[in-house]
Amino acid sequence: MAKNENNGWNDFDIGALLFSFDKETKNIATTLQEDRPYSNSNSFTASVADWRVMKPVFNKEFCIDCQFCWIYCPDMSIISRDKKMIGIDMDHCKGCGICVEVCPTNPKSLLMYDEHLEDEEALIAAWPAKEEK
Amino acid sequence: MSEIKKIKNLKEFSTSADRFEGANLLCPGCAHSIIVREILNATNDDLILGSSTGCLEVCTAVYPYTSWDNSWIHIGFENSSTAIAGAEAMHKAKKRKGTLISDRDPKFVAFGGDGSTYDIGFQWISGCFERGHDMMYVCLDNEVYANTGGQRSSATPIGSSTVTTPAGSHSYGEKKDKKDMLSIMAAHNAPYVAQVAPNKWKDMIKKIQTGFATEGPVYINAMSACTTEWKFDPADTIAVSDLATDSLVFPLYEIINGTELNITYRPKNIVPVKDYLGAQGRFKHLFKPENAHVLDEWQKRTDAKWDLLQRREEARV
Repeated sequence: MAKNENNGWNDFDIGALLFSFDKETKNIATTLQEDRPYSNSNSFTASVADWRVMKPVFNKEFCIDCQFCWIYCPDMSIISRDKKMIGIDMDHCKGCGICVEVCPTNPKSLLMYDEHLEDEEALIAAWPAKEEK
Repeated sequence: MSEIKKIKNLKEFSTSADRFEGANLLCPGCAHSIIVREILNATNDDLILGSSTGCLEVCTAVYPYTSWDNSWIHIGFENSSTAIAGAEAMHKAKKRKGTLISDRDPKFVAFGGDGSTYDIGFQWISGCFERGHDMMYVCLDNEVYANTGGQRSSATPIGSSTVTTPAGSHSYGEKKDKKDMLSIMAAHNAPYVAQVAPNKWKDMIKKIQTGFATEGPVYINAMSACTTEWKFDPADTIAVSDLATDSLVFPLYEIINGTELNITYRPKNIVPVKDYLGAQGRFKHLFKPENAHVLDEWQKRTDAKWDLLQRREEARV
């Protein structure tokens, strides 16, 4: 993680105050992430991608936009816009696998793969077929 | 009074903009942030938040980062409730005097773990509820002091193996049963007390919105499955939560004005408590033949609790 180089822990004022945004903000509850003026001290600007051992891969073809993954993601990493699931925020995903567990489609539209497998198109091309009940 | 956010279904809910940010340092699969997200997204109002010392606090404010997009404060292990009560009292006084800098009415929410709620902060919460502040207190109940390495708290259920009540040849783990915090808070004559679970999101949103709309102190007990201390796979957080609510170990209900108890979720298929216990490593030792009596005791107590809740619902006491 990138460290703030201006202050170390011992030259910071007692009673630390960190601002989430650089500018004055109103109605944050209705402003989407991409429109927010995040400051450097907001953890949104940091990344925990190096925690992952396994990563989720999203296959849009089978997705029914039920949003189960969105509601149950503990790391705000499922990006949903206009009621559609559009992708995964790989900076903040810790690879817990909850999204894959709660995915109701057959075959699942999210699957966990090893983090080092970089070619996602190949993974999606080799997606498992529908399981017969 | 600000209007209540309309959330008809999950698709509509998913248009919410999260006010709790990623790259916090909570464990992968932690239910804490699922609960916090659902609470924060249940309203569009400004929020003044406080956290007691605990997993949620240490993981979301690691210098130089904060994960909160609202005003948020950490004071001590015991007094998130009083800090938020103080902010609420100040807001009310300034409103009366007409010296507020903004005309917006924020909501006041304090978060605490089960350690800071059931044990360490109990006296402070009791004081807040007695004084009747217009605030919400959310207990993230993972039944153990998870942040300090898994010591027992008074929310730890019988038979659970923790570092201070280890299971072994002489013991089956924790000997005492869990404190009934909801009844205690309802006995304060609190206008609204409820138990929620993150896997039943609709029930949870409804209760949180009722809580926000209620004037006076509101106590929410949120079940938070802890992948590290309950010892299950991070991907199974929701599955374990489902088992907890469907086996009636965590019944979902609300108590209005201290007497009107409503059960809000009745599972279609009640699963045996054994299934819930077997999914977690902290109860692994109970499945040895010498501990069979604890399993029977678990089922008996869970049935008795459910029976009592149903009778209370009917009798309105």
